[in-house]
Amino acid sequence: MSIKHGLLALLRTEAKYGYQLRGEFEAATGATWPLNIGQVYTTLTRLERDGLVAAAPGEGDGDGRSMYEITDAGRAELTNWFETPVTRESRPRDELAIKLALALAVPGVNVTAVVHRQRTSTMQALQELTRLKRQSADGEISWRLVLESMIFAAEAEIRWLDHCEAMLSRHQKSQPPKAGTPKQQNTTPGVRR
Amino acid sequence: MNVILDIRNLTRQHGTGDQAVHALRGVDLSVAAGELVAVMGPSGSGKSTLLTCAGGLDQPTSGEILIDGNDLATLSRNAVAALRRRRIGYVFQDFNLIPALTAAENVALPLELDGTRARTARKYAEAALLEVAIPELANRFPDDMSGGQRQRVAIARAIVGDRRLLLADEPTGALDSDTGEAVLQLLRDRCDQHGIAGVLVTHDARHAAWADRVVYLRDGVLVGQAGPLPEADVLLETH
Repeated sequence: MSIKHGLLALLRTEAKYGYQLRGEFEAATGATWPLNIGQVYTTLTRLERDGLVAAAPGEGDGDGRSMYEITDAGRAELTNWFETPVTRESRPRDELAIKLALALAVPGVNVTAVVHRQRTSTMQALQELTRLKRQSADGEISWRLVLESMIFAAEAEIRWLDHCEAMLSRHQKSQPPKAGTPKQQNTTPGVRR
Repeated sequence: MNVILDIRNLTRQHGTGDQAVHALRGVDLSVAAGELVAVMGPSGSGKSTLLTCAGGLDQPTSGEILIDGNDLATLSRNAVAALRRRRIGYVFQDFNLIPALTAAENVALPLELDGTRARTARKYAEAALLEVAIPELANRFPDDMSGGQRQRVAIARAIVGDRRLLLADEPTGALDSDTGEAVLQLLRDRCDQHGIAGVLVTHDARHAAWADRVVYLRDGVLVGQAGPLPEADVLLETH
């Protein structure tokens, strides 16, 4: 998640204080990514160092905090961010896929049980998101979009888990019953490493 | 908790001996008034068999099915049929409306079959169409309606009169996603506001997520369930 670009976007129209940015960021994303005020000021300091924002001229808010405004370089950076698609590779590694791959590679793990537990957990998350969606039917469009993004992601994960279960079931049926202990070099078809 | 549908150790076997196919094996499922339960599973997992058994349309090989406290096995064939007509509503993927009847006539049909006088049945039908927000379509024929409107008529038919149990088999399967969500909203409201017990068979996780509980069938066996209710969590721990 790019807090940096989020703050630049919120500064696009006018200079703002750090605490204002925090409030607006959470309002726009439905508090999906709660920011603490320390993160906001740390990010603003880095943005200032990189010349993307600058302290706004004029008086502070009385507590010594000053307003920040976006620079031309900051605007260019922001435009570039909106124009560049987010690549799959730029997201964090998928722990779940790695967990399933390892469960298959290591003997003694009930992979189907891992799939079932994960599906139950993801379904509970999807139920919770759906409940939020019903409650926010008249809410902010920005928040509803974020919510739908999470709903689509949970739905895709469940579909993928169903697919995994079907693949595992076919794989297990096609394997001859194992005699003795599993071999050390246990190659697992269907899983690329 | 007022349990409307109580399925105990249900087994349904097709054929005998070597040819026997177990559609369901030892399934337990309770659905309380006001509760919506989704049943998920791959094709051939026994979802639809579970629904037809729950609705008294198919008989279990063993096990018990209680609807509103009535054990279906102890009732006469006529009594089961009467229970089906009066207390259970069905919604199918392909709507199953009769093309030669208007929306109101389709909705009134189960009541008329049950001996309700035509004028009374018509009044109930109009009330049901109002509840699914299409009172203006009462005199329209199914062929002159959109898919979403037809499914609303089918739901009105399923809730007309005094139903306690609503059984829906892939009710959103033939609808686009927005229309499908509206149908889910409708089913959800019926359970929340009218204390109906609902069972929804679906392969779509997005739609199952509208339910209070989601149960999974695989090869005729319940393999898990998800839901925010504490009871569901306790069940999960013991599996």
